[in-house]
Amino acid sequence: MDFKQIKANLKKDFTGLKKVKVAILADSSTQYLAQAIRGIGYEKKLDIEIWEAEYDAIDLTISDISSELYAFKPDFTFLFLSSSKLQKKFYKSGYSSDFSGDILEYYKKVTEVMSSHIKTNYLIVNFPDKLDSVFGHYAGKVNSSFSYQVKKINISLMDWAQNNAAVSIIDLCGLQAMYGNAFVTDTRLYISSDAIFSLDFTIKLAENCVQVLEAFTGGSKKCLILDLDNTLWGGIIGDDGLENIQIGDLGIGKAFTEIQLWAKALKDRGIILAVCSKNDEINAKEPFDKHPDMVLHSDDIAIFIANWSNKHDNIKYIQSVLNIGLDSMVFIDDNPFERNMVRQFLPEVLVPELPEDPADYLPYLNSLNIFETNAYTEEDKDRTQLYKAEALRNDASRSYTSEVDFLKSLDMISEVKPFDAFTIPRVAQLTQRSNQFNLRTIRYTEEDVKRIATDNNKYHTFSFTLADKYGNHGLIGVIILEKKDKEALFVDTWIMSCRVLKRTMEQFMLNEIVQYATRHKFKQIEGEYIETRKNGMVREHYKNLGFTAKDNKWILSIDNYDTKTCYITNA
Amino acid sequence: MNSNEILSECNKIFIDQLDNDAIVLKRETTANDVEEWDSLTHIQLVVAVEKHFKVRFTTAEIQGFKNVGEMCDTIEKKVVAK
Repeated sequence: MDFKQIKANLKKDFTGLKKVKVAILADSSTQYLAQAIRGIGYEKKLDIEIWEAEYDAIDLTISDISSELYAFKPDFTFLFLSSSKLQKKFYKSGYSSDFSGDILEYYKKVTEVMSSHIKTNYLIVNFPDKLDSVFGHYAGKVNSSFSYQVKKINISLMDWAQNNAAVSIIDLCGLQAMYGNAFVTDTRLYISSDAIFSLDFTIKLAENCVQVLEAFTGGSKKCLILDLDNTLWGGIIGDDGLENIQIGDLGIGKAFTEIQLWAKALKDRGIILAVCSKNDEINAKEPFDKHPDMVLHSDDIAIFIANWSNKHDNIKYIQSVLNIGLDSMVFIDDNPFERNMVRQFLPEVLVPELPEDPADYLPYLNSLNIFETNAYTEEDKDRTQLYKAEALRNDASRSYTSEVDFLKSLDMISEVKPFDAFTIPRVAQLTQRSNQFNLRTIRYTEEDVKRIATDNNKYHTFSFTLADKYGNHGLIGVIILEKKDKEALFVDTWIMSCRVLKRTMEQFMLNEIVQYATRHKFKQIEGEYIETRKNGMVREHYKNLGFTAKDNKWILSIDNYDTKTCYITNA
Repeated sequence: MNSNEILSECNKIFIDQLDNDAIVLKRETTANDVEEWDSLTHIQLVVAVEKHFKVRFTTAEIQGFKNVGEMCDTIEKKVVAK
């Protein structure tokens, strides 16, 4: 991407793209950044509408209740204070050792004022770091040095974000470390137009901002598919044999060890790992089980495919077992031919163009920031286990002649309860990430979910877990009912994880909400299907459950409801 | 590379960056003569020119170019000095 392409994108037709409203509040000139964010958004199928506050007028903007900002109602607000202005403030403060605390208070005040008018997600750009220009290295021993205060601000911002769902960090400091200050800044631009970044870095920063927006709007990556020979280890296992592949201290093994460490950490964060390799399975699996220097073991891999078929067919298979979108999958392979084949047949899959030298693989992959996310829950850690259990179930289902017998044999149990403090993060995550089994695709932040959960006059909420004899799926279903009036409940949100398709879970969920409706003397339940590019699988959802169509809505009358057959017990 | 060649290379860069085939640069051309050339695109043009000729302008130079001719002269000086 360069600025010319960005400009060209700005002229393109954005109709039909997902709309995201973004405000930028800054104390430096951000026109280039704004253009770049919108132009790059186009590539990611986002129509990012940007409202820029007047240059260096944050306080004025937010204190004006008739401000365009509040009429604009941004989904996201970038708060971006420049480090040069920060430094001036610091000098003005008389080198205060409380400086970082004052700055944090300032941010809190800004978000408080804004939150009293609008609901928005705050994306706070943190501060780049550098060797202290006054104290040098000695700054570490001086709490009134700028360098110390900047570091402290960055830490306080993260601490604050960890306890405030509406606040997230854009890690400019991390980007600066990755790209180097010489690339990041252009002093000439700063002096002549008060834009603090070089044009080239502005584009990198914008790419990262768009990735964060993408993660918030349901576009995060979920699965990493790895080739083996010369990708996870050096050499070819089938030819070189177990003792001679390069991993650990042998040859350029360190480069591969690092990639494995990265993959393992991703897996522990909740990214599903799969292997797709042209190999005999017995050879391919041997290092995972026997090589002492392997970081990744068989347990870490949810789906292991080693055969001689086309990789794109194998990836299609992996996709069908995991039941996730192709566009949430990433494929890493050292072989340009394989990469191109996969790109050609499965353009939705992200296939990074690896550098030639394996030593450069990881730094390059890191620079792409592929696995941006906007949530992290305890459940994420166990995801690989979930998918491995799923593979066991797949095997079991083949041994039963009828589907009903199979379902009965699973001993399925579901826990149903309103949202609570423990489930709210996961519920928010489901509303943000589920694309397929999602009837209206309304995205909610944790803050939103909290508000809904406590507004008992207007809403009743249900979270559903599912467990069976092979394992626990965790929280896999969400329903939000809006009490329209004394008679009618409207299904504001109905989401189910695709992991539990064909388990009669939908029927179970409907039985539960009908029971609730009956208990509280409601007469009917109204559903709505809002079509998106990805939720075609639930187009007939309400029809299949016995709702009747009426004025673009689906109606179920409570009085003559026949409890649906399902094989799930309420815990 | 002489002054004329530099001017014609710059012309190509302007056409490319501003996406307008009709741009014809002369030595006396200024930002006022080219519709798309404003303070925002100015930086984009400067950066593209710098990359093309592998030179770097100073802040004062960027602010001080009165017309395209002056920019070309500065480029020529820097290219020769290399």
